[in-house]
Amino acid sequence: MHMQPILKIENLRVEYRSKEVGQDTKVALKDLNLSVFPGETFGFLGPNGAGKTTTMNVLLGFVNATSGDAYLFGQNVREPIARQRIGYLPELTYYYKFLTAEELLRFYARIFNIPKNEREKRIDTVLKLVELDHARTRQIKTYSKGMQQRVGLAQALINDPDLLIFDEPTSGLDPIGRMKVREIIQRLKNEGKTVFFSSHELGEVETICDRVGILYQGELKREGRVTDIVSEFNCDLEQAFLRIIGYTPGGATASTPLLHSQAA
Amino acid sequence: MNVIWAIASVVLKEMIRRKDFYVLFVITALITLVMGSVNIFNDKSIAGYLKELCLLLIWICSLVIAISTTARQLYAEKENRTIFPLLAKPVSRAQLLLGKFLGCWIASGLALLLFYVFLAVIAGSREHHWPIGSYFTAFVLHWGALAVVVALALLGSIIFAAPSSNMTICFIVAMGIIWIEPHLNTVAVATKGVLGSLMYAIYFIVPRVDWAFSIRELLVFDNPLPGFAVSGGALLFYAGYTALVLTAAWLLFRRRALHT
Repeated sequence: MHMQPILKIENLRVEYRSKEVGQDTKVALKDLNLSVFPGETFGFLGPNGAGKTTTMNVLLGFVNATSGDAYLFGQNVREPIARQRIGYLPELTYYYKFLTAEELLRFYARIFNIPKNEREKRIDTVLKLVELDHARTRQIKTYSKGMQQRVGLAQALINDPDLLIFDEPTSGLDPIGRMKVREIIQRLKNEGKTVFFSSHELGEVETICDRVGILYQGELKREGRVTDIVSEFNCDLEQAFLRIIGYTPGGATASTPLLHSQAA
Repeated sequence: MNVIWAIASVVLKEMIRRKDFYVLFVITALITLVMGSVNIFNDKSIAGYLKELCLLLIWICSLVIAISTTARQLYAEKENRTIFPLLAKPVSRAQLLLGKFLGCWIASGLALLLFYVFLAVIAGSREHHWPIGSYFTAFVLHWGALAVVVALALLGSIIFAAPSSNMTICFIVAMGIIWIEPHLNTVAVATKGVLGSLMYAIYFIVPRVDWAFSIRELLVFDNPLPGFAVSGGALLFYAGYTALVLTAAWLLFRRRALHT
């Protein structure tokens, strides 16, 4: 039976108009096509400025596409209802810091129209999952960075989503924090959730992901199963990634001295 | 509606947990208390003048609270980036704007209610009569006018680049309407040509916040307040104007790109 994709991107193009007079428009995404299927963990890779965040911004309705379309669960991302079954974890923690974890989760649960009796159970479950049950009545501004990231995970899970969109979920965390987040993603994967996430930690991607898409300068350079890519290039994912985007070690900078001599 | 209430409740929680509102309230309360207890040559009419000053103070404080609370809402959401996890949920931009409006308007209303109750207690204890109905009408009209001010500040937060410029412009506009609008008609009649027509146009376009402001004088001198029909008409005008301004805000905000 043919499986319908949960996340579908069709010929997506995003152009940013330059604010400077006489400057060209910047093309952030060039006719991107991508599909993510139920139950898979998809790693969205690319160097900084490749267009990963722009793709996520379109999927979440923050930015409008110049042309093309994106769908979540068959609904166009322009419709807020398309986001009913997703959980989003931003790269950094962006939450109302004057609220306690419990209040923040209650607020998001209300947004999802979760009935009151179920709401409290759900808050208990996610707070236990992210190991923040002990600090639930403390204001978020008193949390450490790792704890704030786990509140982020909790809010992303409050509606028991079928698709999770994580933007560099382990960025800036210490090794223990990173391990905890990774364990949670692994657990979600085992529960059959679909995870779409961007990361620069390619070792992490290799361990967790089923498939990856490699984006470079707004173009999807490669999409496929991690095992296929690794065996094709006969190296680890990091090396394969560098070859796919055409990076030559020392290439561009080899002839340039690291420091210019003032005396010269 | 649940989404709008949820957003509004966060705005209210933020205001309750912020300290600047309490500072403003304590200052207003202290000034009202001191002025209410002033006694000059046992002149009975002094109570009316003191009431007028206190009501003016309440108007200024309510405008400061309404404008400063509203003007920073969308900026804070963008600056602290809390707008991203929020809009990543099934929340439309119209719901976000309405939630913010409702939260700020209710917050301003709560502060206003406290001010009026305090004034009524102070003035009542001095004059030994309690025109509760008049105070209530004045409060409702004042709160109705604040809805327009809150909507304008919300629109300003989409147009202007910084909250400080938005606050300043909104405050100048509100004060300008209160003091210049009642005289604009007279000036327009006396002015000929394009300028006169322009003044007429402004006279009919600007929201009549001054209507609610003028109630102050009736309250001070214990004159009868406008009846249900007039007050209801003014409230309907404020509601219509607020809806118009919020629609303009939504039209500007609905397709605006937000970059993470």
